[in-house]
Amino acid sequence: MADLSTQAPARGLSLPKINSRAVVMTLYLVFLMLPIYWLVNMSLKTNAEILGEFSLWPRDLTLQNYVTILTDASWYMGYVNSLIYVVMNTVISVAVALPAAYAFSRYHFMGDKHLFFWLLTNRMAPPAVFALPFFQLYSSVGLFDTHIAVALAHCLFNVPLAVWILEGFMRGVPKEIDETAYIDGYSFGRFFVKIFMPLIASGIGVAAFFCFMFSWVELLLSRTLTSVDAKPIAATMTRTVSASGLDWGVLAAAGVLTIVPGALVIYFVRNYIAKGFALGRV
Amino acid sequence: MQEKTVNQKAWFLVLPVLVLVAFSAVIPLMTVVNYSVQDTFGGNQFFWAGLEWFDDLLHSERMWNALGRQLAFSAIILAIEVPLGILVALSMPKSGFWASFCLVVMSLPLLIPWNVVGTIWQIFGRVDIGLLGHTLDKLGIPYNYTQDFISAWATVIVMDVWHWTSLVALLAYAGLQSIPDAYYQAAKIDQASRWKVFRYIELPKMAGVLMIAILLRFMDSFMIYTEPFVVTGGGPGNATTFLSIDLVKMALGQFDLGPAAAFSIMYFLVILLISWVFYTVMTNLDRREGK
Amino acid sequence: MAKITLDNLAHSYLPKPAGEEDYALKELNHDWEDGAAYALLGSSGCGKSTLLNIISGLLHPSQGRVLFDGRDVTRAPTAERNIAQVFQFPVVYDTMTVHDNLAFPLRNRGRDEAYVAERVQEVARMIGMEADLNRKARGLTADAKQKISLGRGMVRKDVNALLFDEPLTVIDPHMKWELRTQLKSLHHEFGHTMIYVTHDQTEALTFADKVVVMYDGRVVQIGTPQELFERPEHTFVGYFIGSPGMNVIPAKVEGKHAYINGSSVELSGGYGALDGKVEIGVRPEFARLSDSDGLPVKVRRVEDVGRHKIVRAECFGNDINIIAGEGDRIGADMTRVVFDPAHVNVYANDWRVSPEGAGNGSAGEAA
Repeated sequence: MADLSTQAPARGLSLPKINSRAVVMTLYLVFLMLPIYWLVNMSLKTNAEILGEFSLWPRDLTLQNYVTILTDASWYMGYVNSLIYVVMNTVISVAVALPAAYAFSRYHFMGDKHLFFWLLTNRMAPPAVFALPFFQLYSSVGLFDTHIAVALAHCLFNVPLAVWILEGFMRGVPKEIDETAYIDGYSFGRFFVKIFMPLIASGIGVAAFFCFMFSWVELLLSRTLTSVDAKPIAATMTRTVSASGLDWGVLAAAGVLTIVPGALVIYFVRNYIAKGFALGRV
Repeated sequence: MQEKTVNQKAWFLVLPVLVLVAFSAVIPLMTVVNYSVQDTFGGNQFFWAGLEWFDDLLHSERMWNALGRQLAFSAIILAIEVPLGILVALSMPKSGFWASFCLVVMSLPLLIPWNVVGTIWQIFGRVDIGLLGHTLDKLGIPYNYTQDFISAWATVIVMDVWHWTSLVALLAYAGLQSIPDAYYQAAKIDQASRWKVFRYIELPKMAGVLMIAILLRFMDSFMIYTEPFVVTGGGPGNATTFLSIDLVKMALGQFDLGPAAAFSIMYFLVILLISWVFYTVMTNLDRREGK
Repeated sequence: MAKITLDNLAHSYLPKPAGEEDYALKELNHDWEDGAAYALLGSSGCGKSTLLNIISGLLHPSQGRVLFDGRDVTRAPTAERNIAQVFQFPVVYDTMTVHDNLAFPLRNRGRDEAYVAERVQEVARMIGMEADLNRKARGLTADAKQKISLGRGMVRKDVNALLFDEPLTVIDPHMKWELRTQLKSLHHEFGHTMIYVTHDQTEALTFADKVVVMYDGRVVQIGTPQELFERPEHTFVGYFIGSPGMNVIPAKVEGKHAYINGSSVELSGGYGALDGKVEIGVRPEFARLSDSDGLPVKVRRVEDVGRHKIVRAECFGNDINIIAGEGDRIGADMTRVVFDPAHVNVYANDWRVSPEGAGNGSAGEAA
């Protein structure tokens, strides 16, 4: 705001305060970026340099670590697998959550409150509790080591979350809009797709963002439910480390590459992030 | 808040969610309950064990220790992340390029796979190749997270603060953004001090989202597994073995299905209790606000 | 309380305004007299809130000065100006009681508790909220919250002016009337300088001693409600005030007559040569249907609004409105309209032109 700066000289105390905000923010961002910088730094070094002399930036810049990952199928298929099940999960979660959230936001029905609460408890269930039973369940129905198994398993916490977020956004849409549409002769399906969904587009975006995020970052379940064909990048990383000794450079490069999809997604939804994190409840 | 109409047909809209969640939650949970009351001597032979496992569990020092560590961990990270998150939110630019910039950078740690978070800190804290470990070593501070109890805890806590403070900050920021300018203008006219603006305007308006933040952080920290597992593996000794790590060790490592299942159920019940409190507080808050 | 002087004031939200159109508030000189009640009237986006925020110090003008009793406060922060403001949406400190809300401005200024308690009692009586002093402000209705905002302003005895930014927007219709009446009586009793921003002409005309009409960042007229009604200085004022607004018809003006498509209309005085767009303006109250003389019109519709009828008609392709008394006859033969010459105003490029050498003849009471 322009008037903040013009007003500052008038009061002796407010001048350092404005600076202190910038200082806090800068320190915090540096704190966030330093470990990530270090990872990037290491990914651009050779193993010899990493283990040799300590340096703040790569002396002997190399892209070899990235080349290793992008040319080796056992590495890059990890990214492909992760992206496949994450996208599947996001689509499934949002698709089933949409009608349910509409029902919760618009109607009273028998057991609605208990159902909503029960859904939320699943968001709060520790994945560790479900790891073993999931393994057995998906093995017994022949879905072990498939993308859909991981996508379905992640629905455990993503569907409740999506319902919750979407319900928050839908509550903000006046009910008169529904009624007007029905009076105008829209069927429920046509109304929902043509009129209602565009209205809560940002809510859908936020819900999808969260589903993407939680599915992308989860490791325990995705590692338990896969072995070869659907092995996620996160699991590939942990296994390669223990098998091939410690190839720090490749490990760091793989880590950097896992940050990229998240960063891209954030960039696209940056204007909704703040509202999104409040789950539509501000 | 708009009045909802009673409509039992709404059940059909909820049906897909119900089927899906039943498949991915109810059936596995039944398996867990089943295991928790049986014993096995290998193969597929199970024997009725009643509540023996639960009884063992309640007298298990190992479980109580893990629970104690877990509570200490959650309490410490909340005590750091909530005030720090509020401070960061208050320091964020209100709009414009720098606001977007801060939002993007701050969200970054939230979108990093949890094991990579662990890997980042595992590398960052190493004395030989990590910036943090190396710097501390150069300063003469004894630091080794694989050997030393204090270093291990400090690393795990700083890592969680690094990973999750942004979530609190973003929630608090969303709360701040919802305050109309008129409030700040009125406060200027009333000659309120900065502290009073925070105490009487900003804090009350953030209360709702802060509640979400605190409870989300509490629950997620209560379930933490991957990050400390990657960094310390639960060590040194059992120093950073939190509930989930202990549980996975028991179930997948030692294949003690019965005790692990009993453990799971107790664990789940604790979380259920907390989420019930969460839900009650939230709905009461909504009602009080008249939304 | 103080006289507020605006000296050469203008404001643009752009850092480097190029032309006049970049200014949200165009150059303005005006004195707000001590103890008077003003309304600042205009449609949304006309710059009235900008002007109010400059007076309250929430905004610093790009040029010109603001003086309180001759003291330059242009750069002074809000707190030093000792003004109070009531905002469009009620601002109360939710977690405090009504008592603490009212005491807040005084406590922040370090007044002793005994004085604070006494003033809070007095103000609570003024706004009629003595019974609610110990309640939390959170659960109160919108009008009660607005009263608290007002009370927070009045609790300081030395307040220079009370500013209102569309304060009745979120108030229920039946409470609007009551609050406005209460405001007026508070003004009479305590004589604060009050500036009341609104886009509602009824609110403005009933509240204020003087109404300041703004249009497109410019003050187009300052006057009593009666002056605005009878002598709109700008076609916007004519159109904006009154229900329906003034009829504005393109015309040619020569001497004591105006000509519309060749038909002549009598004027109250003589006019010299006029440049640009020339129009005459007649309020519907001063037009009357006739069967014999005047301009030819085609009556399209008659609306009965209770106390009178509004005749919607067409005159040489221009829409005009005529107000007819409840008892007046409106027949099919009445195809002409007559204007009262004393109330026909002449406009060149939207600004009113006075007749040559004529002082304003005192006009009759409006209908």
